[in-house]
Amino acid sequence: MAEFKRIFIVGATSAIAEHCARLWVQKAPVEITLIGRDQARLERVAQDLLVRGPQVRAHAVTADFLSADAIEKIVQDTVGDGAVDLVLIAHGILPDQQACQDDLGACRQALEITAVSPALFAEAFAKRMARAGTGTLGIISSVAGDRGRKSNYVYGAAKGLLTRYAQGMQHRFAGSGVKVVLIKPGPTDTPMTAKFKDQGTKLIPVEVAAAQIVSGMEKGSPVVYVTGIWQIIMLVIRHLPRFIFNKMDL
Amino acid sequence: MALVSSWGRLGHWEHEVLALTDREQAGGQISLRRPGLAYGLGRSYGDVCLNPGGWLWRTAALDRFISFDPNTGILVCEAGVLLRDIQRLFIPRSWMLPVTPGTLLVTVGGAIANDVHGKNHHVRGTFGEYVRRLTLVRTDGEIIECGPDLKADWFAATVGGLGLTGLILTAELQLHPTTGPWIDCETIPYYSLSDFFDLSSASEAGWEYTMSWFDCLRGDSGRGIFFRGNPAEAGTRPEPKTRERAVPLTPPCSLVNRLTLRLFNDLYFNVNKRRNRRGLVHYQPFFYPLDHLQEWNRIYGPRGFFQYQSVVPPEHSREAVQAMLGEISSSGEGSFLAVLKSFGDRPPAGMLSFPRAGVTLALDFPNRGEGTLKLFQRLDAIVAQAGGRLYPAKDARMPPALFRQGYPRLGEFSSYRDPGISSALARRLMES
Ligand SMILES: Cc1cc2nc3c(=O)[nH]c(=O)nc-3n(C[C@H](O)[C@H](O)[C@H](O)COP(=O)(O)OP(=O)(O)OC[C@H]3O[C@@H](n4cnc5c(N)ncnc54)[C@H](O)[C@@H]3O)c2cc1C
Repeated sequence: MAEFKRIFIVGATSAIAEHCARLWVQKAPVEITLIGRDQARLERVAQDLLVRGPQVRAHAVTADFLSADAIEKIVQDTVGDGAVDLVLIAHGILPDQQACQDDLGACRQALEITAVSPALFAEAFAKRMARAGTGTLGIISSVAGDRGRKSNYVYGAAKGLLTRYAQGMQHRFAGSGVKVVLIKPGPTDTPMTAKFKDQGTKLIPVEVAAAQIVSGMEKGSPVVYVTGIWQIIMLVIRHLPRFIFNKMDL
Repeated sequence: MALVSSWGRLGHWEHEVLALTDREQAGGQISLRRPGLAYGLGRSYGDVCLNPGGWLWRTAALDRFISFDPNTGILVCEAGVLLRDIQRLFIPRSWMLPVTPGTLLVTVGGAIANDVHGKNHHVRGTFGEYVRRLTLVRTDGEIIECGPDLKADWFAATVGGLGLTGLILTAELQLHPTTGPWIDCETIPYYSLSDFFDLSSASEAGWEYTMSWFDCLRGDSGRGIFFRGNPAEAGTRPEPKTRERAVPLTPPCSLVNRLTLRLFNDLYFNVNKRRNRRGLVHYQPFFYPLDHLQEWNRIYGPRGFFQYQSVVPPEHSREAVQAMLGEISSSGEGSFLAVLKSFGDRPPAGMLSFPRAGVTLALDFPNRGEGTLKLFQRLDAIVAQAGGRLYPAKDARMPPALFRQGYPRLGEFSSYRDPGISSALARRLMES
């Protein structure tokens, strides 16, 4: 009997996560747990994976993403006592910056779903991975988290939190069997960015983003920029002196 | 608003674009965004997939599989699944698509709506013949399940229905058993049109795949390369590595002109003439020779290009094809790709399906404005005279009269149209 890899995806209906899952099920026998908020949509994703992979066991489960207790419980229930091979934390929303400035409720919600909730999930999985001493935890942040910009700093700050969180976890697990991979996609072609596409922004095809994430997690690279060019772009943006940066319309 | 074009790049037009991502929600989404039109990958050459000023419903992210039965080869999937993904996943499991067009970058929905054909029409017919069921959602919310034996009239209207009867959400396809990815192929140079007809009729009984490239710069005394192939027995060869390349930029003018055409045609003929006449070829280069060169349509420059694909019935095909090639060589408007293929005599799957018994000729022409359109008028006259028709998937300019003449079931088809759907082609050829 083949060994089934155990994979957990939080935010499994997001386009990037779904494409990563497609690649994983084609590579090896997997038992995959899809965690999200809409049971029926998760089941449609699971159904697809069952056809794509020759040997797949798929589970679709929903949770309240904003409750610490619910997060602790769902991770406990799905992981149980077994070891975990791969975890991908992929959820988040791209809020309208102006709406967040106008309405603190919207601002808070965006921060909670894009920063606090993924951090809690990461912590809950990390606890189990630490115990087992193995596993790879991938956290999807964003190049937008590298420097705050007026056009999207609510999103950027949320992703910035995840970036620091992952760095801290990397420090915590240094020298152990647990790997934490910080993933920073540039603008990717997903439903979340559809309006930018209409405005003519060049977006990264979602299959390309997924392939780079999957290979980055396989290698256990500490940071995966998708695509690599964004590493250079963000290096420049991070180091622009403030007096120049503040004059730019970004 | 976004600027959208089709494969021929004859222009870019303003559309409102909505990406469909979930089959349960798609019906509700399209009912609020009318008049609209489904858009797969835009691999149609002309205006069948465009709806300037209105909505386009992108289906490429409706790309989930639903079920597969490895015993019967029955696959159920969403309409945005790419033919590429079906071939990649199922050929290693010994099942393949019975019929595919010359590119895999096509959605299942697009393949149904144009009822596409491949190199094996004489044996297997069209894509639509392997659709067992489909779910159609109309812009008034009605959902219609149909198939060849269930609401057969709706099915016949939707297969080859140019996207005008509703949005195809899911389809159930019958795959075909295969022994592996290799084709046993033969390449035969020939030196006249009449040789083509002889080779074609001699090959139909024993060969599953046939097609031919023809050098149409030479008119009458033409020459060509005939390809025929059969699925090869299971082999243990390793899969070849494919490298994808892309044409990086649109050149400021068309790279296709009289000189490059002559060079290309000479080169193509001479390379293939010397090739191994018989050998094993992987299915990808055999069926989809252009797929590894992404965006090759850019070589035609910023004004884009037309494809002109006709089919003429067997009793007139020799004279009609001869006459068309004669017009082309005397017009000086050469074509890179002149593809000739015989279609078999099979009942069509759809009311507006293109293939019919006879010979089909497909030609690409850079858009040079008036001169190109004048040539098309002369070709139209030959097609009409021979009782043939043009392929809407490739068309951007045929006159309504030729469309009506070529598709006698158009009147019957009209009653199945969804009033919330329109396209540039429908407005041009059906007046709404
Ligand atoms: C290199 C190349 C080679 C080709 N070779 C062949 C060939 O050998 N034989 C052949 O027959 N064709 C061939 N074609 C044409 C191509 O197969 C068709 O145009 C095909 O329909 C394109 O599919 P698409 O998914 O890109 O659809 P689009 O071009 O985006 O749309 C085509 C039509 O389908 C409709 N449609 C798409 N999705 C849906 C849906 N879900 N529900 C309802 N309607 C829908 C659209 O409204 C439109 O009317 C070729 C094209 C290229 C670029």
